[in-house]
Amino acid sequence: MAERPLSPHITVYRWAYTMTLSILHRVTGVASAVTLLGFVLWLVSASLGADAYAAILPLLISVPCKALLALAVAALIYHFCNGLRHLAWDMGWGFERADARRSAALVVVATVIAAAVCCYFIFRLGAGAA
Amino acid sequence: MSLRTPLARALHHGTARYGVGHWLIQRVTAGALAPLAIWLVIALLSLPGADYPTVITWIAAGWNPVLLALTVLIAAWHAWLGVQVVIEDYVHGFLPKTIALLSSVFVHVLLAASGVYAVLRIALRSAG
Repeated sequence: MAERPLSPHITVYRWAYTMTLSILHRVTGVASAVTLLGFVLWLVSASLGADAYAAILPLLISVPCKALLALAVAALIYHFCNGLRHLAWDMGWGFERADARRSAALVVVATVIAAAVCCYFIFRLGAGAA
Repeated sequence: MSLRTPLARALHHGTARYGVGHWLIQRVTAGALAPLAIWLVIALLSLPGADYPTVITWIAAGWNPVLLALTVLIAAWHAWLGVQVVIEDYVHGFLPKTIALLSSVFVHVLLAASGVYAVLRIALRSAG
């Protein structure tokens, strides 16, 4: 494959916080794919029977795993909220700079609130089941 | 009139006439996943515990197996399309890129198949 010249891109633009949201959409998307892997492993271990599930349950409700789960849910929520923003753009809505910045702020606020609520339930969950 | 040279066409350079379908399916699966994701997160977080009987009962209850199988299937589909774009953008060189893309296909198909199989196994065992 021939080496083709590449026009300068990220290095020549002044940073704007909407760019951070853009790359975070990819990061949280890949993170959610890894979460899907964990979710399927959980389903498979449950399908293998009580003994197999009992073997992974202590790990599942350990504090490090819950912290990881909280991060995974926060990433999923961000990807969900920013995904709705992308779908709105795809329908031609919200392209103006002011609109894009407003929707960016809305995504961040919604993510923080929803993630905080989910974290509360994650750390409460299994407290009595252990 | 095409500006592409016959050589470029013979070497399959340029558009594969495939991009719009990819773009559209990514949006359609996103739209399908939105309600499923809300349902799944709320349902999982409102489980009274993570112990075996609770989990098995919930997976097999009512329409949950159908929704779970759909969620795993569509999530794997959506994730495959997304990871594909990320690999295409960031993994360089023909061989590394091809290996990464093919591995991603295999992993996502494996995820979809094992997830659906696990849900069916739990649901059918509980039914029978």
